[in-house]
This record gives sequence, C-alpha cells and structure tokens, in this order.
Amino acid sequence: MAFSFDLLTEALLFGVLLGCFYAAVSIGLSVSFGLLDVPNVAHPAIMVLGSYGTYVVASHGLDPIVAGVVLMPVFFVLGILIYRFYYESFEKRGTEAGVRGLAFFFGIAFIIEVGLILVFGVDQRTVQAPYIGSSLALGEYRIPYRMLVAFGVALVLTFALTLYLSKTFTGRAIKAVAQDEPALRLMGVNPVRIKQWAFGIATGVSALAGAMLIIVGPVEPALDRLYIGRTFCVVVLAGLGSMTGTLGAGLILGISESIVLMFFGASWAPAVAFGLLLIVLGIRPQGLFGR
Amino acid sequence: MKFWLPAVVIVLAAAGVAVSRINEYFFFAAFVVLTYVVLATAWNILGGYAGYVNFGTSAFFGVGAYTAVVLFKWLGAPLAVQIAAGAAMGALLGFGVGMLTLRLRGIFFAIATVAVIFIMETLMINWRYVGGATGLQLLRPEAMAPFGSYTRMLFLVMTVMAVAAVALARYVQTSWIGRGLRAIRDSEEAAEASGVPTLRLKLVACVLSGALMGAAGAPMPMYLSFIEPASTFSLNYAIGALAAPMIGGTTHWLGPVVGALLLVTIQQIVTVTISSEINVLVVGVLLVLFVVLAPDGILGFFKRWLRASSR
Repeated sequence: MAFSFDLLTEALLFGVLLGCFYAAVSIGLSVSFGLLDVPNVAHPAIMVLGSYGTYVVASHGLDPIVAGVVLMPVFFVLGILIYRFYYESFEKRGTEAGVRGLAFFFGIAFIIEVGLILVFGVDQRTVQAPYIGSSLALGEYRIPYRMLVAFGVALVLTFALTLYLSKTFTGRAIKAVAQDEPALRLMGVNPVRIKQWAFGIATGVSALAGAMLIIVGPVEPALDRLYIGRTFCVVVLAGLGSMTGTLGAGLILGISESIVLMFFGASWAPAVAFGLLLIVLGIRPQGLFGR
Repeated sequence: MKFWLPAVVIVLAAAGVAVSRINEYFFFAAFVVLTYVVLATAWNILGGYAGYVNFGTSAFFGVGAYTAVVLFKWLGAPLAVQIAAGAAMGALLGFGVGMLTLRLRGIFFAIATVAVIFIMETLMINWRYVGGATGLQLLRPEAMAPFGSYTRMLFLVMTVMAVAAVALARYVQTSWIGRGLRAIRDSEEAAEASGVPTLRLKLVACVLSGALMGAAGAPMPMYLSFIEPASTFSLNYAIGALAAPMIGGTTHWLGPVVGALLLVTIQQIVTVTISSEINVLVVGVLLVLFVVLAPDGILGFFKRWLRASSR
C-alpha cells in the first residue's frame, strides 16, 4: 500500500490503543516474571483461560468486564496454588530448578490449551456487549469502542498496580523480594508468603486481561502461542518488573505492530512482537526502562 | 561393540520389516516415532548436556522441511540431497541461535528460541514459491525397487537417521565435548574460569543439535505429500522434543530414546483409539508429572545399573 500521512496518523492512533492493551495483558507477567523471576511461560495460557472464563460468566447476561472482575478472586487463588506447587517442587529444592521449572510451565500451558480445546472445541468464541461492534467517529477516523474500553481498563489496571506496589506495605515487600530476598528475611518477613501473594495478584490480574482479550477480538484456545511473544516482548523491553516501563514498552509494540499491519499487511504482523523481542534480547536484554 | 552391534542389528531388522508384508499403518506410525527419536536426541545435546532449554525445535524442523521442499520443487532433488541440505540449513540456524547464547541464558534463551519459530513461520507464510499460508501439494516419486511403498522406504531412512543421531549424541556425551558441556551446565562461570572454551562448545552443541533437527524435518513433506506452515512449525514438535528427554532422562544418550519411544508410541495409540487432542494432553501431563516427581526421568530408576555398565 502506498504511503500516506493519513494512514500513518491512523496507524499511530490505533497503535496507541493497541499498545495500552498489550501493556495490560503483560502486566501480570511483569509481576510474576519481572519481579519474582518465576519463568511463567504459562501466563498467556492462563490469560486465555480467563477469556473463556469470561465467556462462560458473561453468557449468563453479565457485562464481560464485570465478568472479568468476578473471576479475579478465583484466579488469585489459582495463582497461589500454582506458585505453592512450583515452590514446593522446584524453588525449595534449589539447584537445577531452571530447566525443569521452565519445562513445568511449558507443560502447564499445553495442558490448559488442550483442556480448553476438549471443553470448548477449536472454534473462535466472542462475547456480546453494547460497546462491541460499534465505533466512535472522530473526524475522519473511526475508533472501535471495544478498543477504547480496553484502553481505559488498561490504564486503570496499570496505575492501580503501580500505586499498590509503591504505596502499600505488601506492595513494597513484593518489590523488596525482587531486590534482596535475604534482607527481607532479616526484616522478619517471610519471602515465600510475599511471593505467593504477588503471584496470586499477577494471576488475578490475568483474569481481567483475559476479559479484555475477548472484548478486543474473538478468542481460540491456541491464541496463547501468539501472546507468548507479545507479553514477553513487552516485559523484557520494559526492563523486568517496571510498571510504567510496561506501559511504555506496550506502546512501542502496539505502534510498531499497527504500522506493520497498515503498510505490509496482516500476514507480517505476528512476527513484529517476536522480531522486536529477539532484537531486544540480542542487543539490550536489560530492557529500555530497566530497574 | 556394545553400541554398534545392536545398532547394526536394529537397522537390518528395520530393513527386513520394511520389505515384509506388515500392515502399512505400522510404517506410518513408526515414522513419526522415529522422527521424535531424532528430535529428542538432538534436543538433548544442547538441553540435557549443556542445560540450555530450546523451545524452538519446530523452527529447525520446519526449516529442514522447507529446505527439502524448495530443493524438490526447484531441482527435483532426491531424498538424500534433501536431507543433507535440511541438515545444513538446520546447522546454519543452529549457529545463529548459538550466537544468542553469548548473552542469553535460562528463560531468556528459551523465549528467544520461541521467537525464532514464529519468525520462520511468518517468512514461509509470506513466501509464495512454497505455497504461502495455504501450502503446497507434492507429488511423491515412485518407490524404489525392494520397497512396496514410499512410506516403507522413509521408515528405513528414518531408522538409519535415528541410529546415526544416537551415535552422534553418544559420541558427544563420552568425548571431551560432553565433559565441557556438563561443566557449562553445572556452572558456566566456573567452566570458563577453568579454561573450558564455553562459547566454542555451545556453538558446537547448537550446530549439531540444529543439524539433526533440520535433517529430521527434511523427509516430512515427502511423508505427508504436503507442506503447510502452521502444522510444520507447530509447537507440538517443540514440546515433544523437550518432553521425551525429560521423561527418559537427560544425562545419558539413552534417555531421549527411551522417552521418545515411550511417549510417542503412547501418543500414536491415543490418537488412533481416542482423539488427536488427547495426544497433546498426554505430553503435557507426562511432562509435568515427570519434572515434578522423577527429576532424573525413567533412567533415574536404573541409575546404578547404568553407572556399572558405564555408557
């Protein structure tokens, strides 16, 4: 397609919305992997599980966002269980947890994906809401309301987590666990309980992220594979564990993907996140907004 | 002798089976099992010996398959040439991935290899010559003289490749390369400080592993008479190649073989008797069970016996 200024503006506009959405779906990983160093490859799969959960709850007439919020406590508990299991099986035993810990989460991701296929089939699923399907006309541009909703929720989520991590006692303890675990232990805090709590929050947030995922577009069980690239790209680009960095990195990915989508076509778009990820890993693994 | 005699017997037996009158389906299923023996053995050279987790097996496998297709379509190259070229391209990609180990370890390396899969897949989707996203139908050549069908011949070829791959892994394990890789796995800093040429060894491991995976992918298009990006670069190859050594045991060359034979045979049976979705579930569940409950895999149960017979 020929280059035009209008198209570029549209791509930028869409990219910003998409970017905030990507930041929101990555923020759980930013906590679990960025702060806690848990190799949570299953994060996108848990998120897709959240999308299907939203689908089921919303089919009883609830708004998808409300459905996502309702699911958060359930996922919080799920996260605590997963971390507990991971801790008992790997972290506690210490050495050589690396290879097997990774394989463990990879296996969990596959189990969730196939479980979803067995229950729901491979068809795409969508939800209904007043803001899905219509769009806001802004001059000559049309912005789908669903993107605006995701944008809003993404901003609220990011700022809420940033505040939580910097203002509350537990939030600061979570950051402290990432910086210096033995020191935290000396202060009389149990790092395992803090990590467990933080992983619970990360997983709980994934439920809401899953709700946004199914608001933004149709969801299928294998969608998590694509989001391995997007979420890890954002978290690594952000510099591990930086919340505002996550927003910035999300914007970079969203805008790049939207520009590629506009000028090169949809078939190239999936490679953007993975390409960016590979470049960042190769050149600056500590990320752009590193802690 | 202890290794080569059984190896020769296995190849001869496979040749005998290939020209016998056994049901065609046996070869169809056995080919897949043998492919995974090669993939798992290849994965283990880097993942098991050196401790670098490669999630990107599908990328190497797919590159091998597409190399074979291009050569077949362009020159009508025979199978042996396709396999050699697949191995060469896999080795090249392995070298590139090996350079990544300069900076990346653990999960960062693993995620980078996932990225390689999707980038390769996107490239193939956008390459018209090999059929793009819809794929390409391939006309298989006639089967050669003693074989009743092409699948039977592919079965024998894959048996030879599996034996060769295992022999290579066994050589790596018992030679100075394996000792160096084990040192890297235990502590890369300590190895480097003790004068182990870590980068060179990691590159050797990546290239060998990549070449074997590329070679394993090369016969696949001929086996299916078809190629298409989504299934060629499917993550199922990646998880299978990783799960088999984890199940069998990663420290010995026999581990991935035992794991792949067991895992993929179960999968093939499940596919036929229950459904193809359950067969992926089997890998996931067995993988999680083994990494949690039996960190040393099946071979861990026979540790003492293995040590006594020393490799």
